[in-house]
Amino acid sequence: MIAEFGLAALWLAAALAALQLLAGSLALTPRGAGLAAVVRPVAVVQGLLGLVAFVALIVLFCETDLSVKLVAMNSHSAKPFIYKLAGAWGNHEGSMLLWVTVMGLSGGFLALVEKRLPEPTMLATLAGQAFVSLGFYAFLLLSSNPFERLSPVPAEGQGLNPLLQDIGLAFHPPTLYLGYVGLSVAFSFAIGALVTREVGPAFARAMRPWVLGAWIFLTLGITAGSYWAYYELGWGGWWFWDPVENASLMPWLAATALLHSASVLAARNALRAWTIMLGVVAFSMSMVGTFLVRSGILTSVHAFAVDPERGSFILALLAINIGGALTLFGLRAATVTEGERFAPVSREGALVFNNVMLSATLGIVLFGTLYPLAAEAMGAKVSVGPPYFNPMSAIFVAPMLIVLAVGPLLRWRRDTFARVSGSVALPALLAAAAAVGVAFWTQAGLLPMLGLVLAAGLALASLLPLRGRGLRRTPLAVWGMVMAHFGVAVALGGMASDSAFSVEKLVASRVGETTAVGPWQVRLDRIEPVAGQNWTAMEARLFVSYRGGAPIAAFPQSRSFWTPPQQTSESALITRWNGQLYTVLGEQSDDGRWQLRLWWKPFVTLIWFGGVLIALGGLLALLGRVSSDLRRLIAREKIADRRQRQGR
Amino acid sequence: MNTIKPKHQRLVLALVALAALVGAALLAIWGLRSQASYFYVPQELVASPPAPDRAVRLGGMVEQGSLKTEADGVTISFVVGDGKARVPVRFKGIVPSLFVEGSGVVAEGKRAADGTFVADNLLAKHDEKYVPREMQDMTAEQAKQVVAETR
Amino acid sequence: MSEQQKPRPWALWLPLALFGAFVVVVLFGLLRPAEREVASAMIGKPQPQFDLRPAVPDRPGLARADFTAGKPRLLNIFASWCIPCAVEAPQLARLAGQGVQIDGIAIRDRPEDVAAFLARNGNPFARIGADDVSSVQMAIGSSGVPETFVIDGKGIIRYQHIGEIREDQLPLILDKLKEAGL
Repeated sequence: MIAEFGLAALWLAAALAALQLLAGSLALTPRGAGLAAVVRPVAVVQGLLGLVAFVALIVLFCETDLSVKLVAMNSHSAKPFIYKLAGAWGNHEGSMLLWVTVMGLSGGFLALVEKRLPEPTMLATLAGQAFVSLGFYAFLLLSSNPFERLSPVPAEGQGLNPLLQDIGLAFHPPTLYLGYVGLSVAFSFAIGALVTREVGPAFARAMRPWVLGAWIFLTLGITAGSYWAYYELGWGGWWFWDPVENASLMPWLAATALLHSASVLAARNALRAWTIMLGVVAFSMSMVGTFLVRSGILTSVHAFAVDPERGSFILALLAINIGGALTLFGLRAATVTEGERFAPVSREGALVFNNVMLSATLGIVLFGTLYPLAAEAMGAKVSVGPPYFNPMSAIFVAPMLIVLAVGPLLRWRRDTFARVSGSVALPALLAAAAAVGVAFWTQAGLLPMLGLVLAAGLALASLLPLRGRGLRRTPLAVWGMVMAHFGVAVALGGMASDSAFSVEKLVASRVGETTAVGPWQVRLDRIEPVAGQNWTAMEARLFVSYRGGAPIAAFPQSRSFWTPPQQTSESALITRWNGQLYTVLGEQSDDGRWQLRLWWKPFVTLIWFGGVLIALGGLLALLGRVSSDLRRLIAREKIADRRQRQGR
Repeated sequence: MNTIKPKHQRLVLALVALAALVGAALLAIWGLRSQASYFYVPQELVASPPAPDRAVRLGGMVEQGSLKTEADGVTISFVVGDGKARVPVRFKGIVPSLFVEGSGVVAEGKRAADGTFVADNLLAKHDEKYVPREMQDMTAEQAKQVVAETR
Repeated sequence: MSEQQKPRPWALWLPLALFGAFVVVVLFGLLRPAEREVASAMIGKPQPQFDLRPAVPDRPGLARADFTAGKPRLLNIFASWCIPCAVEAPQLARLAGQGVQIDGIAIRDRPEDVAAFLARNGNPFARIGADDVSSVQMAIGSSGVPETFVIDGKGIIRYQHIGEIREDQLPLILDKLKEAGL
């Protein structure tokens, strides 16, 4: 019953999306103006129906209704409740349903609260949102129906891949999806603005909270994903430039650029066509990312359920949405009037520089990710890894970080370096001192050294916008910016410290032997077999002590799975305030010794700490923006109210 | 600094952006040509060796009886062959479990001056979910000769 | 880029052109022949030469020559350490019960383990060869266990089944055998 109910809700929602698209587009023509009143209510109801469908799916998973194919394939009655819940979106169909649901709800929310934009632009935006949703509804209903029944009903479900039974992984994909969907709203705004040619500060202010929200989720998603890969893969690295990772990085780069260009548009009414372009690009990157992950077109270390057929469907959606948007851009962008002007040395100028560098980095990542595919088309087999990505992206990121230190201090419209040089002197001095210190004390490579120097200077410089302000009267948005920029410095410091100061030891050790790695003494105390549900493992007990301190036990495992036969390393981490000890157990060699791989990674945790700071900064900025918008709205209503009373 | 006529600002901005993006594209192409690691089978590696400091991937069969562990217990050496050529490989690290003599392997690394291939990563996960794509073709096309050679 | 200045419409179409190039590249990747399945390349080709020692004492070993007797046969690649192989045992038993000739190759296995596996799950095999280094497995284009090949009376590989044979796949296997001339 519930499944049919959910399916009916889904069909209805799709029909309403079609109606929303039709009414929204017709309402823009002189004859169809009467339809305008329909659009907003339809958008709200469409979102609610999507929610009903998604709740139905969650109920089915919680009840473990095995007559539904998706439940039978992905769940098991004995599974812990939280994984039953996560099972609802831990698969292709469910995650796509989550996508359309969130998208529908966003559209509904937009229809309810957004009153600042001219009505035609809103109608076009909602029609655009409906158009994108419609594609995903078609995808769900035609090729991946989550509510399909199974006959005969199996006695038990097939469960969820045990590797995916991880609390982090249960919430990682939805986090990214929320980011992607937020960017879809920005995309719809861009379409709406292109259709009506109303590109201005109001448009940027309406779009900004969505971009910010999306960006926060993407930041969190990438941070969490990176940490997951770090401790789960057992390779000691935290970023592999793997296609799946790049797929989440590219929308983030585009969203970061969009965030900043929208700020310029909101504050100064400049960068109009560029902001529109970025709105389209950011959502394109989300879809490209989804496509790359789901189609399995590129080989990845992160094994996902892939299906070329679904890949084709997503590609078709991608081609229609993005191709259409870019065509519209080509037709309309020339008629978007030019915005306000500004001098090269100004806040705008710095933000333009940031945008260009971010776009160039995005280009570098996109090229590198797709290159193996293009090369294969020409008959060569290649893989592209860190030797390409690291230096190439650094070429654009490093100058951007320098401008990041200076940019927030510049005034809008026109400024001079002379005015800010006094404030920047201190961070520059700190960076120079760091450079001397690093060059003197370590033999780090060029890039890590540059990273350390930039991190030191940036950490101080990012705080400067607070100088001379009454801290209690500083707007939340400024706090957010400062915190996010400081987070960038912190994360950069962690990355650079990891690659500059990490110590690695690979040894074959007998039980009872002690190995030194950095300041740590690691003693292999014993090796024991342990067994899990579908794996067996050899588990080492290591006693580790930091600079002769009290020993702490760590238990790395070398796990063997039976179906499919696969061996994984479960690393064991010891975290201190100043870094992490990372231990991996390998195989036993013929003479009875055990391979141990040990890393001492000073300040590596700053990477993810910085990521969280960046996201928190985004959150502060979002709160600041939303509350000031609300205040403005209330004030306007009060004025209207007063006028009305006076009129009476 | 402010010599640009405001009239042309949009044009200048567009040109700057375009120049940066084209620069990025050119850099990417150059970087990919020099940094992408190509896939070799032993025969190709011997016939036209890559530059010594260039990262490549080498795919082939681990020859029977060639696998040796050195005294440190963590460095191994073995020979990768494809039926036409043989390449000695050295690897220091934790060996993937499905790596055994007579099985296929893809080694990532560089060719040293003495002709040894120094690997910094071995891919031997060899259930169908985890075959490197290069291996898929190789097993199909070359496995016959390879097996004849390594048996 | 604006209407007051020289319009440069081509620049506005640049993003679309780049996007078009992306779609083309990706389409190539998607439409690439279905070589994802590792060994379809071996289909239609004769089996490689091999001659394997017996994996268990009570069944003979397996050689290429055994497959040219004129009747199609199934070749099942299995191992005692493989759990899906046990799952497909009832299906193999039913095939054997219908008179299908099944030969097996045990991958990287010990005779006593194979014997125990067969004692537990039944023995539908006429011959079982032992492939200690996966060499025949690789040569025949199999990348995992279990896999099952349909081989016609002349020793040509007609069909490859990757993964365990499920109950609902029995008709498919029988069809393939019929196509091969049973």
